[in-house]
Amino acid sequence: MTTLPGEFADLEPFADWCLASEAERYAKRLSSSMDEMQAFYDAAFPRFAAGMAYLDELELNDLPEDAGQLLLLFYSLINVSFPIEVWRQPRVPDSGAAAVDAVLEPAV
Amino acid sequence: MAHFAKPAEGSWTEHYPQLGTAPVNYEDSISPEFYELERKAIFNKTWLNVGRVEQVSRTGSYFTKELDCAGTSVVVVKDKDGEVRAFHNICRHRGNKLVWNDFPREETSGTCRQFTCKYHGWRYDLDGALNFVQQESEFFDFDKADYGLASVQTEVWEGFIFVNLDPENTTSVRDYLGGLGAGIEGYPFGEMTQVYKYRANVGSNWKLFIDAFAEFYHAPVLHAKQATDEESRKLQGYGFEALAYEIDGPHSMVSSWGGMAPPKDPSIVKPIENVLRSGLFGPWDRPAIDGLDPLPEGLNPSRSPAWGIDSFVLFPNFMLLVWAPGWYLTYHYWPTSYNSHIFEANLYFVPPKNASERLRQELAAVTFKEYALQDGNTLEATQSMIESRAVTDFPLGDQEILLRHLHKTARQYVADFEQSETPVEISAAS
Repeated sequence: MTTLPGEFADLEPFADWCLASEAERYAKRLSSSMDEMQAFYDAAFPRFAAGMAYLDELELNDLPEDAGQLLLLFYSLINVSFPIEVWRQPRVPDSGAAAVDAVLEPAV
Repeated sequence: MAHFAKPAEGSWTEHYPQLGTAPVNYEDSISPEFYELERKAIFNKTWLNVGRVEQVSRTGSYFTKELDCAGTSVVVVKDKDGEVRAFHNICRHRGNKLVWNDFPREETSGTCRQFTCKYHGWRYDLDGALNFVQQESEFFDFDKADYGLASVQTEVWEGFIFVNLDPENTTSVRDYLGGLGAGIEGYPFGEMTQVYKYRANVGSNWKLFIDAFAEFYHAPVLHAKQATDEESRKLQGYGFEALAYEIDGPHSMVSSWGGMAPPKDPSIVKPIENVLRSGLFGPWDRPAIDGLDPLPEGLNPSRSPAWGIDSFVLFPNFMLLVWAPGWYLTYHYWPTSYNSHIFEANLYFVPPKNASERLRQELAAVTFKEYALQDGNTLEATQSMIESRAVTDFPLGDQEILLRHLHKTARQYVADFEQSETPVEISAAS
């Protein structure tokens, strides 16, 4: 099943990162291995600039379904950038049992 | 080495001599008895910010706010005349909680034409008037006009909705917020309607989390790993000094340098930040709206070109952070007991025009959460160690002046309240 725009078919193997809420994205981050996130990051990060240029051609509040999926994938890329670029582990170091829940997010 | 000028007295703290410079006793953060006094002296007396006008944008839009700290729940609504009102969330019949959904203790929101009690169907207009009583003729000497909802003083300042639970209060929000509030009037808060809301249950006294956000002395150490290694070493060697502090009545603010828009040296920021042109301080490019240049005169009070953020501590439990790149953040700390509170953080941006802008805001929001998780995790341990009373007094540095002021203000409100409650001595009737 194709979910992403054709130009970004190379990211299809990572379509399971197209998640609609921050809670889902954060949970997937915590339950993923660093190898899994590194693979996602290595594939998606080089496509980030092109993806933004693609999405910027479209009306943000009326994105076609496949473009909306690409945007969700990039939200996950941002979330994963912390384990990959900063922490070297899925969880924020020294955050122990602390939890901060997103209770409201923008509609798009 | 001083990087920024301090007042002539030699320190910010000594510039406000009423604060003193001695170590500060933290009994106010660990005593159940003191918390009970705070509820009466502070949370039942002062203006509390419970939300924004955008939450009640239409006639009949409402939301509830649980105020454990004041022993009540309020419902805030826009009535038919466009006025924002608040009521104690209680049915006048037999005390049922009026507005709730599934779980009586959880906050809710929505839009309605009138409020209907789930218990016996009594109905109230949006202005609080009782308009329907099931089997009204069964009641004795009954006049519906006597049973409107119990109203709560409500005022809107710059789009922020405040309530005051003291019926005898005669101070307006504007007067209460004083010079610090007046200095930021006119900021385009109303343009920033793209909202992220976060919430956390924190096992510490409410003031301890304000402490954590009212000083940046901790930033180069606690958040060291958030910067690249080289930048982190540089920041720790440099330490933290604010651009300016101001104290006015119970309120205070700190003005800080920081942010990068864009950074002089791209190697000091993370790859994702370079691609997106965004980070902790928000998108590097200011949104194209009016009201950001020039800024209201209360922002960036030292007029520093390095300005990054102003943090206002609006007593008791409302913090307002205005960031140089044109967005703002609020923190609320709602006590639920002497050693627990609910922390709320709301991020407000100008609605994005395209996906790039949306993604830049997403990075700022995600970055915020990473920091907040670090800030929040130290608190439960701090609470339990202070509760050990092994150490009772703590030295606060000049960069921690706002903490000194906050705790002093809380103690002062409680002391004034106790003074006013002391019964006048009446000689026994003989």
